[in-house]
Amino acid sequence: MPRPPSPSIPEKEFVYGALKQSLRLDGRGMLEMRTPTLSFGPELGWVECAMGKTRVLAQVDGKMVKPPPERPLEGMITIHSELSPMASNEYEPGRPTDEEVTLTRTLDKVLRRSDAIDKESLCVLAGQRVWHIRLTIHVLSNSGSMVDCACLAGIVALKHFRRPEVEVEGDEVTIHHPSERAPVPLSMHHTPFCLTFAFYPDADTPPLLDPSHLEETLSAGLLTVALNAQRELCVVQKAGGIPLAPEDILKIMDIAVTKARELDKLVEARLQEDWKGRHVEVR
Amino acid sequence: MTSVLPGENVPAQHVNLKLGPGLLQQTSVGGTSAIVSTRAGEVQHSANRSRWWIEGNSRRYSPAPQESVVGVVVSRSGENWRVDIGSAHMATLDGLAFEGATKRNRPNLKVGSLLYARVSLAHKDMEPELECFDAQTRKSEGFGELKGGFLVQCSLKMCRLLLDPQHFLFPLLGSRFPLESAIGMNGRVWVSTKDPRQVIAIARCIEAVDPDGGGMDEAAVKKFLTTLDV
Repeated sequence: MPRPPSPSIPEKEFVYGALKQSLRLDGRGMLEMRTPTLSFGPELGWVECAMGKTRVLAQVDGKMVKPPPERPLEGMITIHSELSPMASNEYEPGRPTDEEVTLTRTLDKVLRRSDAIDKESLCVLAGQRVWHIRLTIHVLSNSGSMVDCACLAGIVALKHFRRPEVEVEGDEVTIHHPSERAPVPLSMHHTPFCLTFAFYPDADTPPLLDPSHLEETLSAGLLTVALNAQRELCVVQKAGGIPLAPEDILKIMDIAVTKARELDKLVEARLQEDWKGRHVEVR
Repeated sequence: MTSVLPGENVPAQHVNLKLGPGLLQQTSVGGTSAIVSTRAGEVQHSANRSRWWIEGNSRRYSPAPQESVVGVVVSRSGENWRVDIGSAHMATLDGLAFEGATKRNRPNLKVGSLLYARVSLAHKDMEPELECFDAQTRKSEGFGELKGGFLVQCSLKMCRLLLDPQHFLFPLLGSRFPLESAIGMNGRVWVSTKDPRQVIAIARCIEAVDPDGGGMDEAAVKKFLTTLDV
């Protein structure tokens, strides 16, 4: 089924009426996010992020390549994300929907262009060898806020990943296997987190954080904000939708800052927990 | 109880054998017939072994005749309405298949209306057909447009449990506040109450009791209801 029909009239009227009274269908508060659950795989750089029923899998892989001549001193990062019918029955392989394009562009802006990873540290031998880091995102299930979940999974996977240690002697490059020398984490400048807010046509309805699938479909506008825990704004994305007043946007930013701090603490705690349980030691 | 996958032979033998959902009789060339399962689940039979069926769970609906379903009107094609019931094909509903409908006097449905209808025709390669009345008596018998309220989606096994009068959930909820509901065999339940909080409570309870989502029992539901303010 390429496109499911839009929600029925009773569903629409009920959701608008309930949101006017600040009641959400899953009992959350208007600005309450679903707590993300992060599970790490056996390999380093394999993360599954679940926010309620929305689940995204991210995997990071690295290999050494020759850099392009116009940028000989920087490493390369590519992000691959494709929505399959596994995520929802609205998506067909090979035919990108608007949502898919939004996902690819947001991931690109938040993870690549915000300079989250230090590309110069990925250079091994100038002009000859650099690291090419590949991040693959699989959306397993879309139940709203797919972009937030994908960005979180991506950034945690990049923090979780360890690349093999490399030794350079003159023009010779030796890659050490992880069993010989402990692998090295990627050098990251900051950790951006993505948050989506939904707006509705009725002026009395306040904005919602982390909309579910039905809330997203019935919204009149979506605002995506990416920032890190140090109060630095990375991306603000609003593609169409109803116009917003400057005061509304500033209020949203304040809320987003608090949430980003909470997410940062959660991610750090989970990464520490996982690292303790792992054996990446060298004899 | 044995679990089977689609395509496995089921040892069902009786003089008056009746096959229920999920079983198919395949006659091979030599004249021997075998009973084969078409769904994944547990094989169950009645006490005297005359009725056999497969008890499984899924979320995708396959239409079967004489089942009541909740559908959403998608578009109009001439005199007929095209209705989405969650199956692989859209269903067709004749514009005159309502109680007391004549060519001049038709029900006023819009795109996006919810309907409670019965599947009158369902073959696996054809579009299913619906009707909003009882074909014998020509009376609505509860079918027709559903106004107001909200639609909750659940698994197919959950809506079969909700249709069972012995199941605890709706009597428990109904004892706390008045509610109206229409349960479709296609995994959709329409509920309507006075207060939106009550509808939200019903939706969350249905999701919690659903075998897919945890399968809460009666005591846990009672505790859960005290946390919601209804």
